[in-house]
Amino acid sequence: MIDKIKEQRNEAWRVELRKKLKAKDRKAIERIVIPEEDSLERIKSQRIEVNRPITFDQAQTEASRCMDCANPTCMEGCPVGINIPGFIKNIEQGDIMNAASILKETSVLPAVCGRVCPQEKQCEARCFYAEKLNLPAVAIGALERFAADYEQSNQTKSDQVNERVSNGVKIAVIGSGPSGLSFAGDMAKYGYEVTVFEALHEIGGVLKYGIPEFRLPNAVVDAEIENLKELGVQFVTNFIVGQTASIQDLKEDGFAAFYIASGAGLPRFMNIPGENANGILSSNEYLTRVNLMGADLAESDTPVMTGKNVVVIGGGNTAMDSVRTAKRLGAERAMIVYRRSQDEMPARKEEVHHAEAEGVEFLTLSNPVEYVADDNGRVSHVKIQKMELGEPDESGRRRPVSIPGSEYLLEASVVVVAVGVSPNPLMTNVMPELNSTDWGTIMVDESLQSSINDIYAGGDIVRGGASVILAMGDGRKAAKNMHEKLIGN
Amino acid sequence: MKNKIISKVQLSDSIFKIEVEAPLIARSRKPGNFVMVRVGENGERIPLTIADANRDKGTITMVVQKMGVSSAKLCELNSGDCITDLVGPLGKPTKIEKVGTVLACCGGVGVAPMLPIIEAHQKVGNRVITILAARTKELVILEEEVRKFSDEVVIMTDDGSYGNKGLVTAGMEQVIARESIHECVTIGPAIMMKFCAETTRKYDIHTVASLNSIMVDGTGMCGACRVSVAGKTRFTCIDGPEFDAHQVDFDEILTRLKGYQDKEKLGNKLQEVK
Repeated sequence: MIDKIKEQRNEAWRVELRKKLKAKDRKAIERIVIPEEDSLERIKSQRIEVNRPITFDQAQTEASRCMDCANPTCMEGCPVGINIPGFIKNIEQGDIMNAASILKETSVLPAVCGRVCPQEKQCEARCFYAEKLNLPAVAIGALERFAADYEQSNQTKSDQVNERVSNGVKIAVIGSGPSGLSFAGDMAKYGYEVTVFEALHEIGGVLKYGIPEFRLPNAVVDAEIENLKELGVQFVTNFIVGQTASIQDLKEDGFAAFYIASGAGLPRFMNIPGENANGILSSNEYLTRVNLMGADLAESDTPVMTGKNVVVIGGGNTAMDSVRTAKRLGAERAMIVYRRSQDEMPARKEEVHHAEAEGVEFLTLSNPVEYVADDNGRVSHVKIQKMELGEPDESGRRRPVSIPGSEYLLEASVVVVAVGVSPNPLMTNVMPELNSTDWGTIMVDESLQSSINDIYAGGDIVRGGASVILAMGDGRKAAKNMHEKLIGN
Repeated sequence: MKNKIISKVQLSDSIFKIEVEAPLIARSRKPGNFVMVRVGENGERIPLTIADANRDKGTITMVVQKMGVSSAKLCELNSGDCITDLVGPLGKPTKIEKVGTVLACCGGVGVAPMLPIIEAHQKVGNRVITILAARTKELVILEEEVRKFSDEVVIMTDDGSYGNKGLVTAGMEQVIARESIHECVTIGPAIMMKFCAETTRKYDIHTVASLNSIMVDGTGMCGACRVSVAGKTRFTCIDGPEFDAHQVDFDEILTRLKGYQDKEKLGNKLQEVK
């Protein structure tokens, strides 16, 4: 792989392209400012994407900032090892379809990753500009999205689909989230007959029920799924492996091996007094009602809790997605309540910045300790305790310490609890022979194989709540290892 | 075509029995399981219990009461129509053991999910006494089926229009006074299950309640179905739907069931306008 990337870098056109512009001139170009939909305009609908597309010219200019380093450290920052300079230089020379094709070599969901990956902590953090020049990194994420969108909007697909030869071996994937899709794409490319089983009625997992359309439009996810279907991947919705049919049943149906990517679907609560009052819901419930079930639309039968004051507990991306959804559902005050300070928030800086622009209030160093309900059992107030930062904890972040006597009541008509998720126990419940940790995550070896032969697992069911890209990385890794094992047999 | 409705029978003014093609669920379902159903592309996902299954025909039977927009939409479908989405079986199956005599207390559409449970209890050799409770005669449903799987059936109506006059608890007291009961199962409106639990608590009879909570996905994802059992928050969908009735906080359930009532009323209104 590395050799191939070096080889490509030495191709005549790449050498020529590098010479076209001096490093000094590349450096002088300012990083692109991603155009955004106006904040007052965009909060009118759940379905207006915040980040606007960039133009062909803008993409080429941004691509020309990339130095095409001999040692592309950016790639080390990417959990799936995308050939970053390879695709960026293709954008610079104007061959966008080829850029998209390079993305597809390593990622089945480039249009998704270009939007939701925390690039600032991954590839862009390792960019030469950021590491050595102390300048803003090349906007790798924006360029990835550009190339993927370009391909999606063009009729002709890049050449991934051509002439797939099936080896006739049936593989089952459990869960159609990013990890399952990534695995399915790679296995289909290896020639397997892949079927993805999904419990919900829609394909995409967290990409559909979790991430809101203003950040990741469903149409973008659907287009990526279409690509997988063209690769020969089959999808079965409304099917819960272990319940609708067992692994044994599927084996009898001819499935040779399995990849469990059922995600961390179980919402965590804080177990504080009053938490089961009406109007207090998990971010999973809140976002699923809106994103998957369309509760914001008049024609949808699914209701969602709305109110004047919406309090969201947590500081991660899901908390940001929830609070920004609240704003779009008409909340007068949409508030984040987070026990540490803004610096420690695990959410992407971009999401925090977007939330602020949309009028979200941040109540940091604040921790809910109790909920108060009205006579009808509906939440009316959150009792908040103020916090201060103490010594760093095992995560390296300063530990929040409560300030006794600082409690006060905050008015709340809806509370969304976004304090993390646990692995879904549906699989492990029905398969006691599948070894799992005390946390409920499935135990795997280095190759991502579980305690049962020919059953691999990856993504959040193994990690217990990570990111889309890490889940995808697992999918790729499991596919490679399973393939090697199956052909070795 | 998936999830095709094979037959639909009206059991009362607002209650329908719907048999639908679902070969995999018919094969894998166990007593106590439920399914999630969605009707139409704008439909809501709702949990429904399984009243019966026929492995050979590959069908399952559900009993549905028109209550809100979603159940009404399902009841409007006819033989030959397809249910947009149907997934399951979900929930932990009922624990069936040979215990002796089982008192099954059901009310309203709770009779339907009770059928596979009493069938299973009879199969392992338990004596089954079923109390079938309803407001009035017209609402007593599935009596014939209940009789098939019960050693004895006691019918209670609030107004005395059929069977004995009185609430389910009056029937329970009579049976308990007469013979020893080793286990009690209750399925019905939350308020009924609450009083069933209060009744058996006095006699220290182990009692299982099958809860009907609000759910979105039914697979553990949303947490809308959370209930307090023995002071701990549990999810009806994956930890239940059956719990030790003496440990369940029914008052909380009664409040939580009203959580979306305003929204549902709005839905009904919209439906009328259409």
